Amino acid sequence: MRELVVLSGKGGTGKTSVLGSLAVLAGRAVLADCDVDAADLHLLLHPVVLRSEPFFAGHEAMIRAEACTGCGACAPLCRAGAILAHNGSYAVEPLLCEGCGLCVRICPAAAIDFPSRRCGELYVSETRVGPMVHARLDPGGESSGKLVTLVRREARKLAVERGETWVLVDGPPGIGCPVIASLSEATGVLVVTEPTPSGRHDLERVLELCRHFGVPPSVCVNKWDLHPELTADIEELARAQGAQVVGRIPYDLTVTTAQVQGRPVVELKGPAADEITALWARLQAIGGASAIRA
Amino acid sequence: MIVAIASGKGGTGKTTVALSLALAADRPVRLLDCDVEEPNCHLFLAGEQTFREDVTLPTPAVDLDACTACGTCGETCQFGGIIVLPTGAHVFPGLCHACGACVRLCPAGALREEPRRIGELTEIQAGTITLITGRLDVGQTLAPPVVRAVRARGDGEELQIVDAPPGTSCPVVAAVRGADVVVLVTEPTPFGLNDLELAVETVRRLGLPFGVIVNRAGAGDARVHEYCAKEGIPILMEIPQDRRIAEAYARGLPVVSACPELRPAFLALLDRLAEMARHAVMVRTCGRRVFYAVDEGVNL
Repeated sequence: MRELVVLSGKGGTGKTSVLGSLAVLAGRAVLADCDVDAADLHLLLHPVVLRSEPFFAGHEAMIRAEACTGCGACAPLCRAGAILAHNGSYAVEPLLCEGCGLCVRICPAAAIDFPSRRCGELYVSETRVGPMVHARLDPGGESSGKLVTLVRREARKLAVERGETWVLVDGPPGIGCPVIASLSEATGVLVVTEPTPSGRHDLERVLELCRHFGVPPSVCVNKWDLHPELTADIEELARAQGAQVVGRIPYDLTVTTAQVQGRPVVELKGPAADEITALWARLQAIGGASAIRA
Repeated sequence: MIVAIASGKGGTGKTTVALSLALAADRPVRLLDCDVEEPNCHLFLAGEQTFREDVTLPTPAVDLDACTACGTCGETCQFGGIIVLPTGAHVFPGLCHACGACVRLCPAGALREEPRRIGELTEIQAGTITLITGRLDVGQTLAPPVVRAVRARGDGEELQIVDAPPGTSCPVVAAVRGADVVVLVTEPTPFGLNDLELAVETVRRLGLPFGVIVNRAGAGDARVHEYCAKEGIPILMEIPQDRRIAEAYARGLPVVSACPELRPAFLALLDRLAEMARHAVMVRTCGRRVFYAVDEGVNL
């Protein structure tokens, strides 16, 4: 089984458009959308949900107003600043509570409950190219990293059950908690970047993260012709950091057209589709070698 | 006034809008780069560094001579940050959320806190713009404390512009919380719309006034406009789809520098945002009666 994670650092460089196309080119694959707080892959692959389940992670403190004596012991201890005075007693602001449970343990009146916290929903679905695992984090929610881990675990399980070769993972932007959860123990990473100062800067940090976790990266530059010199500079930087450069995708408005039609761009004719097709061939060719550890 | 620039989807133009507002302003601005996983504002501004400090979290350290291996800290920690072996407690700093519960509850007093670096904060002065950048160290997971450190460098009086991270989860909440008004930047595509709806839910949960900027207007379809009309969300500005704007950005120019004719529009936007913020405060403090009075243009 090969698990390829598409990352970018900077958002909006084209991760989902590329990954949706790779899924079609692969023909069969297990798909995982790990951008759980702004998932978009479903808009290209139109999954039919077979199973959904609520996602619980950790706990949240809830003060029972009738039991609270208003002593105020809890509020100054809460480092999240989540306990607010309210009509002579206290209440927890759920968006701020991190679920550490300190208030629950120190309340002299035992007035604080600590129920499990619902943070989102997990979906296991079927698409025309294979099963897809995706999720929705409740807006403003915590524990996105844990939800990402759950999505990946389900996707790997399905790949084993069905004997699929590829698990294709649409990763979140950034380099923090949900990205680390997407990346650890993957067999390969494809970083989609763009020739802008932000794209270059963010790529460097993602490559550093790949090194940190020992996952071999490949790089492709999207919209490369917006700044050909910067594209060349980025490719040189990527190679110097030990990444394989696997393609250049041109600035092509059919990418937007495809998105509006709800289809992966590779299903439309155009220069972007041609390049992504070539990119997939290269990713497969280096499959057993350094860039994708089988 | 604190203006937060956010979006569900990444790459819609938050940073170019934040920079353009800061560059167009007719007064000193504090620009707070709260996209601490991938901060970018500094790539577009040149200036002298005036301040730098580490962002640290208080993380427990065990005094094994005092530790009785009673197990209290391990049971207390909700984040899997401590295991207790027969030889004593063992801390995994990477999992620690710095809540302080273990230290507070250790019956033997065997835990103390030591600062652990997770990122850094820098400040540069670029003309009338003071840029404060938060940067999460590579390999660290906890972005919200770095975001809060950046927000804490803001000053109540001045105009503050917050460049928020993409998404809708806890780092976004940390970045936009307490803002006077929020601008959601989107693009007129299905991805833009899907993620805008999620961002709207988040901002509504926080109870903040907000409006939308449509970037790359004309590129996709009409569904973002239809959604905003249905929800009564004001569209504050439209930035046209234009390859030249994308090329200028690739060469380090935010949209207001690439298209100087937009400067008055950004300046006017600041006034409009101040009006939205004032209106929201009146609604909060005086209730619905004033809300209607303001809508009807009654002079109070």
